[in-house]
Amino acid sequence: MIKIIENKCDFCGTCVSVCPVDCIEVREASIEIDHPVCIDCDLCVQICPILVLETVNEV
Amino acid sequence: MKSEYDVVVVGGGPAGSMAAWEVAKGGATVCMLEKDRDIGYPVRCGEAAGDSGLRQFVEIKKSWIAATITGAVLVSPNDTSVKVGFSKETGYILHRRIFDYDLSRYAANAGAEVYTKAYVKGLLKSDGKVTGVIMDHLGTEKEINAKIIIGADGLTSRIGRWGGLNTQIRMKDMESCVQYSVSNIDVDPNNMIMYVGNRFAPGGYLWVFPKGDKFANIGIGISGKYAKEKSAKEYLDEYMAREFPNAAILTTMCGGVPCAKPMLKPITDGLMLVGDAAHQVNPMTGGGIVSGMKGGWIAGQVAVNAIKAGDTSEKMLQSYPDRLRKDFGKNHERFYKIKEATFQLCDDDLNSIAESVLKIPYEKRTLTSVFKAAVFKKPSLIIDVLKVLSGV
Repeated sequence: MIKIIENKCDFCGTCVSVCPVDCIEVREASIEIDHPVCIDCDLCVQICPILVLETVNEV
Repeated sequence: MKSEYDVVVVGGGPAGSMAAWEVAKGGATVCMLEKDRDIGYPVRCGEAAGDSGLRQFVEIKKSWIAATITGAVLVSPNDTSVKVGFSKETGYILHRRIFDYDLSRYAANAGAEVYTKAYVKGLLKSDGKVTGVIMDHLGTEKEINAKIIIGADGLTSRIGRWGGLNTQIRMKDMESCVQYSVSNIDVDPNNMIMYVGNRFAPGGYLWVFPKGDKFANIGIGISGKYAKEKSAKEYLDEYMAREFPNAAILTTMCGGVPCAKPMLKPITDGLMLVGDAAHQVNPMTGGGIVSGMKGGWIAGQVAVNAIKAGDTSEKMLQSYPDRLRKDFGKNHERFYKIKEATFQLCDDDLNSIAESVLKIPYEKRTLTSVFKAAVFKKPSLIIDVLKVLSGV
């Protein structure tokens, strides 16, 4: 599962641009992942310039 | 805010403002919706643009210009610096905050309605055709009908996806970027510095763009292909610790730049994409201000014609990509080819290119000579280099 470290996020939306299933929504000061739609492809984690996203084992 | 306009522009950057301005000038009704609370802020840009490019659309105001750039220093991985003067072109590092604000004022003064804190969260459709947008404006949900939607919503462009366009960018063509606005540093106020090679910025470059008195934008873009091993921020922080340990970082910003081939289809019935949303970025430099303005400018004019003709179908809007291709489409493809060739060079290659270009006396050295040396292994690209750099 992809986890957001929200207080670290700059809301730049770079993750949105590479998401193959359009499951990330970034607004002026919020970011949300639609987890049921997310396919855990990890691309958003890789592209994030400031390491806001991370992959965690499901709990 | 009305419930119906001829055109709705989503996004208030330079591409969106140019589109809204052209539509308003053409006599159609238009509103521009910006999701943030300010036009022009937060800035997510190195802020470099060329004089002749900007002059196609506007008189350049002094208040926009932080620094005037007359040359570049290219630094290879072993710290060999090659200084190159621009022979014809003058560049600027802009204050995007002021620049973007003024462009939106031009649009507004021509009759465009501008709204901020207006987040578009979906498209209205009827029979598969886009007919408007659903948005949150200051906490209230609203629907706006429009004959044409212009998506100027940047690299996140969900407008394009919702309209069924293929906007996705391959990881290798997406630059992962971080930039600091830095004070208390000694920089040449008239030269931009660009560091190339895997040591500094794999699949991209690291830049120092001066903004006047001991102040600069220092940023980096690395290709998404390499971002997995080490983030853009880690590369930039290493550089800052090495070169400017005493710098004050006044702003930290990040973002992505689509350095891809031109988008084949930026339109569908009742919908056009402009600017970063349509990948209108020079893939070699990552510069997208002027090309995005051009996209918005053409799209705005095409929208007016379509509305006057009472036909907003994809077929009618096709003159937008057609005019784009005539204007910078060919150069966009050439720049992409040169980027592909130069980013494949290893650090040793870049060092030897730097040393060979240094042998050319400064007065005779041009960007063309640098890139001719850089694509020496691919002679077929030399024509492309000559064509795209002839005016620089």
